[in-house]
Amino acid sequence: MAQIVDTNTRTQGQDIASVARRGVPQWVITLSSVAILTLLWEWFGRDINPVFGSYPSAIAEAFWDLAQSGKLAAATFESLRPFAVGYGLAILFGVPFGLFIGRYRVAEAALGIYVTAGYAMPLVALVPLLVLWLGLGFAVKAAVVFLMSVFPICINTWLGATAVPKSLIEVGKSFVAPNTVILRRIILPATLPYIMAGIRLAVGRAVVAMVIAEFFTTISGLGAIIINSANNFDTATMFVPIVVLMVMAIGLNGLIGVIERRVAPWQAEIAGRDQE
Amino acid sequence: MGEVSLIDVSKRFVLRVGNETQTVQALSRVSFTVRDGEIISLIGPSGCGKTTALRIAMGLEIATAGRVTVDGREVKGCGHDRGMVFQHAELLPWLTAMQNVMFGLEMKGMRGSELRDTTEKYLDLVGLGASKHRRPHQLSGGMQQRVGIARALAIDPKVLLMDEPFGALDAQTRETMQEELLQIHVRTRKTILFVTHDLDEAVLIADRIVIMREGRIQEMLQVPLPRPRGDLGVARSTKEFAETRYHVWKALHAAPTGTIH
Repeated sequence: MAQIVDTNTRTQGQDIASVARRGVPQWVITLSSVAILTLLWEWFGRDINPVFGSYPSAIAEAFWDLAQSGKLAAATFESLRPFAVGYGLAILFGVPFGLFIGRYRVAEAALGIYVTAGYAMPLVALVPLLVLWLGLGFAVKAAVVFLMSVFPICINTWLGATAVPKSLIEVGKSFVAPNTVILRRIILPATLPYIMAGIRLAVGRAVVAMVIAEFFTTISGLGAIIINSANNFDTATMFVPIVVLMVMAIGLNGLIGVIERRVAPWQAEIAGRDQE
Repeated sequence: MGEVSLIDVSKRFVLRVGNETQTVQALSRVSFTVRDGEIISLIGPSGCGKTTALRIAMGLEIATAGRVTVDGREVKGCGHDRGMVFQHAELLPWLTAMQNVMFGLEMKGMRGSELRDTTEKYLDLVGLGASKHRRPHQLSGGMQQRVGIARALAIDPKVLLMDEPFGALDAQTRETMQEELLQIHVRTRKTILFVTHDLDEAVLIADRIVIMREGRIQEMLQVPLPRPRGDLGVARSTKEFAETRYHVWKALHAAPTGTIH
């Protein structure tokens, strides 16, 4: 009898523990972490010469000025256009190309090497050349974003396509599925988690590429605000677009996460993340 | 009708071990016929070529020599006349139980209400009607394999090919599945080629047992248990079961007759 009671208490204890663990939602932890970091930055940042560094309240003030004048929205929009086009094209091109080299041995041997090399390509060094080809405007910016983000998407898709278990492809074969059906209904869904990971990794690279493009072609958009305020030793204003870009990347990452759970819900279920 | 024959089937693999290439003779002139409505167990130690023989029968592997016929007609590659049940079910993880069964039927060109009705009929046959909207990871190992069986049966193949389908299940589930398979066999009268390494299973399930060793057929024998076998616990307690089991056990433990590769 004593034992039974013991077991019960323990089970209850475990329940409480697991409820407690689930009790604090992740976003609360994240927000607390951000709040603590911001406070620390504010505390120590105020002691630094405003040319060499800045701190959150000064940046917030600069943000308010920029937002009020309408410059920030205009610059963000100007930056987002080449970003969206370059990044979108990178997905549209990188995923099919990755699937292609991942599934055909000849394609992998013939083209894989360029993808691997392209990933490590020092793109900044090539920007002047791209300017010669595409001019200084919109096209070259979209091209820089595309070139920076297409490789992680392509490499991840490629990796995913080669990692599809042979046994699942044999299921398709044994039910006499044509190759196109195997590609679309077995290889593509099996590769989806890898594709989504590649698309996530590419967000960061695309943001960096966008700023590089704005620095080295026509100075424009958020990149222009960074350069101009840095030249005026207005460090607080310089931080505004940087923070905006980072927040944008976090938002985009979250959006991709939502899309991922939509298109590949089984993945979260298998990992046990669906209840969170 | 549903009769599958392997005729003089041989298979050589080329393996690369370090810098050397080795040829492995996986099958040497294997011939046997599974008659219409019959169940044959293919048993032998691992590496004896039993799974290779089954995969060649399915068309997933190409024989180096010899041929496979279904109802006397030579087959090349996979076909809807043969249904495969894989060792680990191999359900597509992003599809529900129902969609997994539908996949095979869709490949056969079935659409619309016929597709839905056939799928439900076969899910009911394997006792999974209530769980049809679950995805594979929400099903137990036994349930997954039931879906695998339903998927193969649904396309109404002439022959069912099963590759150690219950090998990964716990002992109790395995016994239930064996009984259910025999019940399904009573209802559908499918011809079944069943690969196993489980001695009891080979005897309980089959009409005939093919014992393989080192890529050759060592022995073929009839199982004298009557059909239907009903309660397999009872079948296990019979003298015929014990004798056949002992006979196969001796055959599997006999000194190797051929050369060791």
